[in-house]
Amino acid sequence: MGLLNRLDDPYEGGGIVLGKIEDILNWGRSKSNWYLHFGLACCAIEFMAMNASHFDFMRFGTIPRTSPRQADFIMITGTVTFKMAERIKILYEQMAEPKYVISVGSCSNCGGPYWEHGYHVLKGVDKIIPVDVYIPGCPPRPEAFQEGMIKLQKKINEQAIFNKRKRLKKEQSDDNK
Amino acid sequence: MGELKRLDLEYNQLTSDKMRLNVGPQHPSTHGVLRLEVVVDGEIVTEVIPHLGYLHRSFEKYCEQMTYVQVIPYIDRMDYISAMNNEWVYVMGMEKLMGLKVSDKVEYIRVILAELNRIANHQIAVATFGLDAGAFTPFLYYFRDREHIIWVFEKLSGARLLYNYFRVGGLAADIYDGFKEDCLNIVKRVRKTNEELMDLLILNGIFIKRTANVGILPPDVAISYACSGPVLRGSGIKYDLRKDEPYSIYDRFDFDIPVGDGEVGVPGDCWNRNIVRVREMEQSCRIIEQALEQMDMEGDVKELVPRRVKPPAGEVYMRAENPKGDLGLYIVSDGTDKPERIKARGTSFVNLSVIPEISKGYMFADLILILGSIDIVLGEVDR
Repeated sequence: MGLLNRLDDPYEGGGIVLGKIEDILNWGRSKSNWYLHFGLACCAIEFMAMNASHFDFMRFGTIPRTSPRQADFIMITGTVTFKMAERIKILYEQMAEPKYVISVGSCSNCGGPYWEHGYHVLKGVDKIIPVDVYIPGCPPRPEAFQEGMIKLQKKINEQAIFNKRKRLKKEQSDDNK
Repeated sequence: MGELKRLDLEYNQLTSDKMRLNVGPQHPSTHGVLRLEVVVDGEIVTEVIPHLGYLHRSFEKYCEQMTYVQVIPYIDRMDYISAMNNEWVYVMGMEKLMGLKVSDKVEYIRVILAELNRIANHQIAVATFGLDAGAFTPFLYYFRDREHIIWVFEKLSGARLLYNYFRVGGLAADIYDGFKEDCLNIVKRVRKTNEELMDLLILNGIFIKRTANVGILPPDVAISYACSGPVLRGSGIKYDLRKDEPYSIYDRFDFDIPVGDGEVGVPGDCWNRNIVRVREMEQSCRIIEQALEQMDMEGDVKELVPRRVKPPAGEVYMRAENPKGDLGLYIVSDGTDKPERIKARGTSFVNLSVIPEISKGYMFADLILILGSIDIVLGEVDR
């Protein structure tokens, strides 16, 4: 969000915005996210409602893609079975960096209602791919989808592109203090 | 319009290399996580092999572990688009096993909710069928209207998709003030949109060219595959459990059973299966209007709900007309508070089995439409 704040306070004479390249790149990235929709179960129906006229998911700059190679993030919506888990991993590996993962619903977060006796259900998609944002609910409300998307945009805005190690070290030393 | 689109494979005795294509398991037009292994000759489909099990969630195993009340949320997650109808079948079966007779008010509320959910299901079915054919606008129109139905369910049960609202012997909560007005409002909206959609999608020339005379399911094949619901009625067979074997209070209402009559194309093709759903929405509207008129607002919906559901030992088979066809549940009780076994006859699973039969000899693009016109939900196929 750093860039947007500076727009209110332009350089003398106007028309010029001073900012770090990192901020500008992150701003662009966070506002135009194409996603691979991995609809698996009930949550996908709620996600369809989210995509339709009433909630309009595209206002976040998201466009559904059917190919993992064009996608910036993947949305896992529904119960992940062992049979399906393999495919998710393959598709995730096909995506180009930088890539993010949103896990939608209790089932893909932790197994959900199928946690106890579900002999065929993966207990959380984070066991096979790294997850950035978890959206809770069974199924989540469209408002929860919106919040999840805002969380992801926030995360993209704060990420380091250059000098990743330096910044990571600084963060770690800050944490230790 | 009358000629068939089915191409003659032996037209010129040339043999060409067959190609094996994979559709799914993750593809937007497979309506879930269905994987189809398709053998194509050029662009003509010669063989289709469905592969299932990508959404197997061990529903029947769960039923053995849960108490009778705890089964209801898992029933919701079977056919998650029409959760109210699923619950109703289970609850009716349990009442039959326990010998409970619920009050008239409960029956009327159940009928209204089931019919509202039928409308919501058909709206999704027609909307996604439009998407498969390349029409995006009906999707937006239908989902706009569906929200109003969802809001009523949300006010009643607190959930938007999986309701957990029906109870053995009654309902989880009473209806709210203004329920009647909300329902009448929905009926008005549904009728208006359907009228618009007739011009926009159903009678659109491009849509007719894509769907009429495609994927013809002859009546005898439909019967031999035990198809039900709009898939069977699309072939011109007048079979509806609400009329033929009236359960609950369906004998009190005046409604018709729409069938595919070959007004466009021939009975049993994609267009006719689709039009049955559109016309069923109108019939559901009629049932809702009559039910609202006859309903008595006085009475307690929870008076018969037992604190602990413990049916006598025995077994029961209950079936009812779900939006997708007839759903059967076979419940075996051993006298404890947990079911010994629950077996579900999934409608989508039975209807899906007809795909390899009817998609042979059509173009590959038509296969997507045939799949869309069957209207499957993978939660019910794999369970």
